[in-house]
Amino acid sequence: MLSIKNLHAGVEEKEILKGLNLEVKAGEVHAIMGPNGAGKSSLASVLSGRPNYEVTAGEVILDGKDLLELSPEDRAREGVFLAFQYPVEIPGVSNVNFLKTAMNEIREYRGQEPLTAKEFMRLSREKQELVEFDAKLVNRSLNEGFSGGEKKRNEIFQLAMLEPKLIILDETDSGLDIDALRIVSRGVNNLRNEGNAFIIITHYQRLLDYIVPDYVHVLADGKIVKSGDKTLALELEEKGYDWLKS
Amino acid sequence: MENSTEYLEELASKEYEHGFVTDIEMDILPPGLNEDTIRFLSDKKNEPVWLLEWRLKALETFRKMEMPDWQYFEMPEIDFQAISYYAAPKNKVKYNSLDEVDPELLKTFEKLGIPLNEQKALAGVAVDAVFDSISVATTFKEELNKLGVIFCSISEAIQDHPELVRKYLGSVVPVSDNIFAALNSAVFSDGSFVYIPKGVRCPMELSTYFRINAQNTGQFERTLIVCEDDAYVSYLEGCTAPMRDENQLHAAIVEIVAMDNAEVKYSTVQNWYPGDENGKGGIFNFVTKRGICKGKNSVISWTQVETGSAITWKYPSVILQGDHSYGEFYSVAVTKGKQIADTGTKMMHIGKNTRSRIISKGISAGNGQNTYRGLVTMGKNADNARNFTQCDSMLIGDRCGAHTFPYIESKNNTATLEHEATTSKIGEDQIFYLNARGIDTEKAVEMIVNGFAKEVLNKLPMEFAVEAQKLLAISLEGSVG
Repeated sequence: MLSIKNLHAGVEEKEILKGLNLEVKAGEVHAIMGPNGAGKSSLASVLSGRPNYEVTAGEVILDGKDLLELSPEDRAREGVFLAFQYPVEIPGVSNVNFLKTAMNEIREYRGQEPLTAKEFMRLSREKQELVEFDAKLVNRSLNEGFSGGEKKRNEIFQLAMLEPKLIILDETDSGLDIDALRIVSRGVNNLRNEGNAFIIITHYQRLLDYIVPDYVHVLADGKIVKSGDKTLALELEEKGYDWLKS
Repeated sequence: MENSTEYLEELASKEYEHGFVTDIEMDILPPGLNEDTIRFLSDKKNEPVWLLEWRLKALETFRKMEMPDWQYFEMPEIDFQAISYYAAPKNKVKYNSLDEVDPELLKTFEKLGIPLNEQKALAGVAVDAVFDSISVATTFKEELNKLGVIFCSISEAIQDHPELVRKYLGSVVPVSDNIFAALNSAVFSDGSFVYIPKGVRCPMELSTYFRINAQNTGQFERTLIVCEDDAYVSYLEGCTAPMRDENQLHAAIVEIVAMDNAEVKYSTVQNWYPGDENGKGGIFNFVTKRGICKGKNSVISWTQVETGSAITWKYPSVILQGDHSYGEFYSVAVTKGKQIADTGTKMMHIGKNTRSRIISKGISAGNGQNTYRGLVTMGKNADNARNFTQCDSMLIGDRCGAHTFPYIESKNNTATLEHEATTSKIGEDQIFYLNARGIDTEKAVEMIVNGFAKEVLNKLPMEFAVEAQKLLAISLEGSVG
């Protein structure tokens, strides 16, 4: 599904990703771990098209499409979803209205009819249940006054609604207490299927107890320096990252 | 991709969609302002002598007054002798029915989305349409008459209800209030008159639509709303003008009187021609709007969405005289290009337990400058009076400005005043977040801005809230990225 080859990218002349390679197939879950400053969040930013990031070399192909050629909104419409590390607040814009707009923009891009209000409400209720999202939050302004945990859970709710194919979770576990972590993980597990793939960026092995990855990669100094299965995460938990650097 | 491009192109071409000119034969008074101008005007309208004298006195006052110098923008030179003070579609001064109105005129209003044919009109909204200096038509008049509601042009009211007009005209905004008020009092041409008798809740929205068409003319309309005990009315004004290279002056006065337990809601969606992106042309919108809560428990509520005009300079205000009376001011002002807005309100608390609430949202883009200026006074008898003021500014880009001047005067130590203010920039983070959910930048800005202004938009009558939202989006088209 996703093929990243020799990706070099950075911000303001400073190179952060230095020749990153990654292949992700449908149905897979890849965890990306690594020390602070290794470029984990930069990878999420580059994939989703955040402005300020400049790609200097390499390619990113999603199901045959050159992702780097597309605007951020078109990437989303092609099925890329970034669960933000720090979801922003947008006062006065209701969660419902925002989601409905997003869904219909995506549907329009794909040549589908917009959802009727009734269809949307039914889908929304179904997905709220699936990811255990509080109905009260659905009608509030987008993330305004939400707790850190509520914001993260809202990201998962959006994920459930938009049904993307490539999902990037950028430190979704940061700032979550153990109960919220369980709920978020259950939500993600419920959304895993043969048609989609996850890239999970995290500092801690803890999240991977709940969302079990197929592959674990260590990102250090802008490159993937080691890949393995889920046991690699446990090894990292025990030994840290230093042994990989030399 | 294709679709979003089309959407953008469509929006871009809409930049000022009301900029067309109606080709119609006009009676236009040559430019100039003197006693003869006023006699001509008064005579044309067949006015009583007391009004002619009132106008002439106002002209005298106007001549003695100087331009103010406290505004936060450079006051352009205005040559009052270069303006024509009367322009009206030829031949007819008063229309008895829609059949007599020039079809070209009806088409103009239809084009603006204001059908004057009652069959086609918006359900539940009665409209008075003012074209340059005169009122063209008022819809649903008879239906309203049955309830005793008077809704007509002020010229008609002067003929048909002189005692009411004489009693209240200038009672809220005195002739000498400011130079533009004096000018308006001397030369006002038309406008609307509303009278709601005791105990009547006006069943439909009353609306006036102002259109400037002729060149080199000013528009000086005068609106007077009187709401008797226990009565209620919701009133809305809208306005547009053709694109012209020279500036045109719009100096209106609105006066509102609310008696015991009366409630008046006054909403404005102002979309005068703002001038081009270099600041050429556009309307000078210098307006005095004031209401008096004369009776106890009375309510006056101002809501304004200001997107047009080269310069908007006005402070819809409330004199809270009756005990327990309540005044409100909800405002969204958008400035882009070279537009300037210096707007806000005055809440003058005189009676006991009077309350007021001010919510002002300023949005600046391009080189636009947005100033909130407000005055809250607590008189010595205003025991337990309360005011809450909130001013929020949003900046789009880095060439625009937002300024806040809140003034407070309190002579009563039981009074409470609260003030909150915020300034925010539309963050790239916010836009990117929406982009990352498949929403393009134009739509993202539209959502963020409408979210920012929501508290005010929610105050508008339903029929107009949607229009106002679209207007905000169109006004800011192309401001980001």
